[in-house]
Amino acid sequence: MEELRVGLDIGSTTIKCVVIDSDNRVLFQSYERHLSKISEKIEEVLNRLKKGILKDYDSVKISLSGSAGMGIAESCGFPFVQEVYATRIAANLLNPDTDVIIELGGEDAKILFLNNGVEVRMNGSCAGGTGAFIDQMASLLNVSIAEMNELAKSHEKIYTIASRCGVFAKTDIQPLLNQGARKSDISASIFYAVVNQTIAGLAQGREIKGNILYLGGPLTFISELRTAFDDVLKTNGICPENSLYYVSLGAALASDKLIDLDLLLERVKNYSHTGNFAFRPPLFTNEEDYRLFNERHNKEMVVTLPFEDYDGPCFLGIDAGSTTLKCVVMDEKGNIRFSRYMSNSGNPVPLVKNILEEIYSLKPNIKFKSSAVTGYGEDIIKNAFKVDFGIVETIAHFLAAQKFMPNVEFVIDIGGQDIKCFKIHNGTIDNIFLNEACSSGCGSFLQTFASALGYDIETFSKLGLFAKRPVNLGSRCTVFMNSAVKQAQKDGASIEDISAGLSLSVVKNALYKVIRASSPDELGKNIVVQGGTFLNDAVLRAFEIEMGVNVVRPNISGLMGAYGAALYAQAMCELNKESSSIISEKELKEFTHEIQVTKCAICENHCRLTINKFNDGRRFIGGNRCERPITKKTGSNELNIYEYKLRLLQSYNDSSKGKLGEIGIPMGLNMYELLPFWTVLFNNLDIKVTYSSLSSRKLYLYGQATIPSDTVCFPAKLMHGHVRDLISKGIKKIFYPCMSYNIDEKKGDNHYNCPVVAYYPEVINNNIKDLKTENIEFIKFYVGIHRRKDFPQKFYESIKNYFPSLTLKDVKIAAKRAYQAYENYFRKIQIKSDEIILKAREEGKQIFVLAGRPYHLDPEINHGIDKMISSFNVAIISEDVLAHKVKKKITVHVLNQWTYHSRLYSAAFYIKDQKDMNLIQLVSFGCGVDAITTDEVRDILERYNKIYTQIKIDEITNLGAVKIRIRSLLSALERKENANGKIEVR
Amino acid sequence: MAKLKYDKKTGRLLFTKQMRKEYTLLFPMMAPIHFEILGEVFRKLGYNCQLLETNGPDIAQTGLKYVHNDTCYPAILTIGQLINAVQTGGYDINKVALIITQTGGGCRASNYIHLLRKGLKKAGLSQVPVVSLNLSGMEKNPGFKLTIGMIRKAIAAVIYGDSLMCLRNQCRPYEVNDGETDRLVSKWQKYIIDKMTNGKGYKLKDMSELLMRIADDFHNLELDRSERKVKVGIVGEIYVKYAALGNNNLEKFLQDENCEVNLPGILGFVLFKIDNRLEDIKLYGGSKLKRFVCQKLMNYCLKVEEVLISSISRYDEFVAPSRYEHTKSLVKDVIGYGTKMGEGWLLTAEMLELAESGYENIVCTQPFGCLPNHIAGKGMIRKIVEINPKANIVAVDYDAGAPKVNQENRIKLMLSIAKENLEKAKVEI
Repeated sequence: MEELRVGLDIGSTTIKCVVIDSDNRVLFQSYERHLSKISEKIEEVLNRLKKGILKDYDSVKISLSGSAGMGIAESCGFPFVQEVYATRIAANLLNPDTDVIIELGGEDAKILFLNNGVEVRMNGSCAGGTGAFIDQMASLLNVSIAEMNELAKSHEKIYTIASRCGVFAKTDIQPLLNQGARKSDISASIFYAVVNQTIAGLAQGREIKGNILYLGGPLTFISELRTAFDDVLKTNGICPENSLYYVSLGAALASDKLIDLDLLLERVKNYSHTGNFAFRPPLFTNEEDYRLFNERHNKEMVVTLPFEDYDGPCFLGIDAGSTTLKCVVMDEKGNIRFSRYMSNSGNPVPLVKNILEEIYSLKPNIKFKSSAVTGYGEDIIKNAFKVDFGIVETIAHFLAAQKFMPNVEFVIDIGGQDIKCFKIHNGTIDNIFLNEACSSGCGSFLQTFASALGYDIETFSKLGLFAKRPVNLGSRCTVFMNSAVKQAQKDGASIEDISAGLSLSVVKNALYKVIRASSPDELGKNIVVQGGTFLNDAVLRAFEIEMGVNVVRPNISGLMGAYGAALYAQAMCELNKESSSIISEKELKEFTHEIQVTKCAICENHCRLTINKFNDGRRFIGGNRCERPITKKTGSNELNIYEYKLRLLQSYNDSSKGKLGEIGIPMGLNMYELLPFWTVLFNNLDIKVTYSSLSSRKLYLYGQATIPSDTVCFPAKLMHGHVRDLISKGIKKIFYPCMSYNIDEKKGDNHYNCPVVAYYPEVINNNIKDLKTENIEFIKFYVGIHRRKDFPQKFYESIKNYFPSLTLKDVKIAAKRAYQAYENYFRKIQIKSDEIILKAREEGKQIFVLAGRPYHLDPEINHGIDKMISSFNVAIISEDVLAHKVKKKITVHVLNQWTYHSRLYSAAFYIKDQKDMNLIQLVSFGCGVDAITTDEVRDILERYNKIYTQIKIDEITNLGAVKIRIRSLLSALERKENANGKIEVR
Repeated sequence: MAKLKYDKKTGRLLFTKQMRKEYTLLFPMMAPIHFEILGEVFRKLGYNCQLLETNGPDIAQTGLKYVHNDTCYPAILTIGQLINAVQTGGYDINKVALIITQTGGGCRASNYIHLLRKGLKKAGLSQVPVVSLNLSGMEKNPGFKLTIGMIRKAIAAVIYGDSLMCLRNQCRPYEVNDGETDRLVSKWQKYIIDKMTNGKGYKLKDMSELLMRIADDFHNLELDRSERKVKVGIVGEIYVKYAALGNNNLEKFLQDENCEVNLPGILGFVLFKIDNRLEDIKLYGGSKLKRFVCQKLMNYCLKVEEVLISSISRYDEFVAPSRYEHTKSLVKDVIGYGTKMGEGWLLTAEMLELAESGYENIVCTQPFGCLPNHIAGKGMIRKIVEINPKANIVAVDYDAGAPKVNQENRIKLMLSIAKENLEKAKVEI
């Protein structure tokens, strides 16, 4: 009898089976989704084999592979082959001349280098850029994967989309959709994002070239994804026949142990789980519990009355949220007469158009007295349909919550992709928490998860209500949760336990990651919850359990934004005017909407603008950071220290002829602030200094393949591009010194740089290959500018190895001037900031301290946030200039040991009695040190009754969320001033 | 009962002499063999020390509740373990103090103590004093003084721990009689504790004698080395490298995968931290007195190291730890000696050293987003492989949310290649 071998590949979403004969010929293969019912599916596959191709066999050589196969292999006694290893075995046999394999799976991404030292790379703890990511994006666009592929074929433009994790990408894509960008362009952009993620995350400095093989589901099914890889890698990879089966084939090839089939089936059938997982008490112990819970929550009612019975004035509220669109028509008494809640498939314009048409057809003579719109789509809807008012989401929700609970202290809203919550103190919003990019997506995560498991969201969440042992999945970014769930399944958690566990996690995420509360007392006793996710009883119950208080869920929980907008419209029109400007029935019939995409050329941010044209000739421009493309004015940046600093640094022109030669300096991290120091030092030594180009997306991509750690902060990642840029400019000596210490400004207990700033030159040195191949002298010795007296001697000892003709005397003189230049730079920016403060006060403007690090000046890092904020007619200064005003050491509750970070504390301390100053902290994603500074800065500010605002920045360019924050802050400040809580006219 | 006293300048709650008499001092677990000895030595010195051996998911949950969630995982675990013990360990919350190490370097770890205090405050436990254990003279307390004698005893505890850990790891995978190696470790641990609590066993001569006897005993264990096993080295951030709580019981996992494990000892880290001060002076200038003192301490530790190495290297079957100076020399052209934050260049050096001494399969453990590890860990792997192409390294992130399956899957990939290399090597022989 022919000897057969079987390989089973159990991936995160699919199960693949291959049977081969002794000549390694494939006799049978199958590919299907397992919907996480892993042991059942294996049983099914094995039974099928037993009845079919293996019907004459009692035992067979078999092994298991795949990310979800490990646990079951262990307990059922299957031999296990690690999946990347299996791929390699298969490729060695089928494509022996392959150099690199790129394999994307459901949640895994892998690169295998096969020549010159085998190396295998696998994505670490992040599932960005994988099949799951593409699935998520397709559902966001409301298309199938196949449609997405078709769409991408006709793309014209590529947008920058962060692909690190689905959550990031969503925040990039949503505003694009809202601004009316074309789906075809977005589809292609998503594929390019996947390519970039794969290269940035996995290549880690090794070049991807030669014969390339594309494997796995996404690369097999999506031709445009392969095209994108080909394009970026400048290659022509092949996707072989059987590209889905390499892992299972490898597993089959590696099978060498005969296993009794019946015994195996028996074991799979009895695959008794360890049942050993951490769990929490049930959400509801019995039906009675649940009944009482429902009774309590059904009390809080806003009345919905029939539309046709009412002929009085109406108020329209629209909430164009990120994934859903909500609309309310309210009567004069605050009753709802009409409402719609629908998922937003991308562009909200046609949806609103349909709703308005419906309203007009139901009630042709409707009298709209006023209207307001809120949410991500606010701008475009306001413009398209001539809505009277736009209102920031937070305020809309607050107004609605007050209607249900006049003494509300805390409002939490978990929507499709955002968590918004705020505290209310003395009738004003006093503290806003929005989820930072890494933990958002909670509501839609539940949805994605439900469908991955083959349920609709409602059925899925109901399953959890009476779960006996809800899995303790912890409070983590949703991406991590995906794998945590896999672990729980492996440990024998039922679908009910997982459903309940996910509901608990959503809540914990909100409480401990976003709000960072440690006890319910912190949030007050009077809590209103809202947003679509709280419609889910399991989530609501989980919240009450976790908080230990009963909360109010308005019966229109999902409509609160729209209802709040309607209330706002009503309040505003009382003070204002007679009838609404909203588009009339007649105008609506003629309404058309066209979109054009272009790139703004006014400044270095190069915003991608979407120009929306309407039938009556009106235009609306989206995607802009500042007002310049709209107003065409040069824009007054006079009151923006960021602009000034950038210009000042650019003015340090190189005055040297460079008798002794030339060095290049990469412009990033600490080299920003030290530019005056090094320029003057080297110029005085007759060494010419050349800087790398200003950061750009292109420059970043140019260096991204050499980044070894994908979780390091973005400013550090940018350095790779800067160094390669210098090399491409023909520079032969690059100066980028290591610096454990920074200048001691006597503000803290020590004066370190953070580890990344201090030692990044070491990473550059060992990971950018061009440095060797181009024979670059990379100068990265350790310097101590903090010891002014020792510096010249120490610097001389090191630099003379590169410039032997230098003398100690030269260095001493140059160093003296360098220190002077450094001090002069600070003097200049302080003088400027004093001017800004004075001018702002004369003009009665708010002053915002945009606090971060010196390198946050880089427009590619700050994404023009400074410009966006200053477009709200406020002045902007930075932390360094204020820090210098605080002479004494201030007391903090942390070890105050980093120079840059000490400035943050001092600046926060300084504004404590500056009424018109408020601080916004910029935090780079992945900055470990800021986990410490953010809490402390918040602490200092709140001690003095100041509002703390934090903005997390990364590769992402979406400013929508930032705008909400700034607008909420401005409005909170306004309300704080007029503490009586009335709505002011803007 | 002891009164609560605060530092006049900073307002920090002090650990007073009275407290020393009345309070229980809790400290978090890291490396069990070492810490158990250390704990007993401190008890004998009049501190009512209690080493926390708790584990389970509640610890991480407590940590997440009271510490900023983006803080490194070791902070979440150690602080979680301490607060959890105060809350649920049955101690009198008015008679308990906590002790935590503070390295004073430029990484976040120096801030653990402050994060712990913040956490205690959040948990309504601000009456619990926290003692900093450090060599930099930070945060003095009237009731807790690190004397030269204590430092010598602590160094002795580290040496014995390193010796036992090194020998155990090389014997246990090959033992013929189940559990014999571990029993031998316990026997010696008891013996050492007994010696040291009687004021003996920490002089160089005593150490030398004891270490020889230990090595002899392990040499006499009945072992079967006929099957060659995959040899795996573990390096990384010091807490997740040693603490089972931090690395999801990595040692046990590798043992179950039939591997021989090598964890470079703690003495290397101690030497590294002292040497940093000397390097600082060399690189940037500094006081001669400071240099003199550090050099003295360094010399003493180097002598101790020599004693350890010579006790083990007498037997060919054992791989003795490399000399610090040798390990250091391995990174000469790879990474600067000024890289001192966290584990700094030592991390890179340990990987090269392991690869050189036959442990070319390496798990580089780090907390998710560990700053120094971006540089000296992940940032150097490429270079290490270039220098020693046999090196087969997997970097694994540990985090409260990173699931064990994913970590083990990646380690298994590394092991698959290790096994393949081992088979090839067998064929060559």
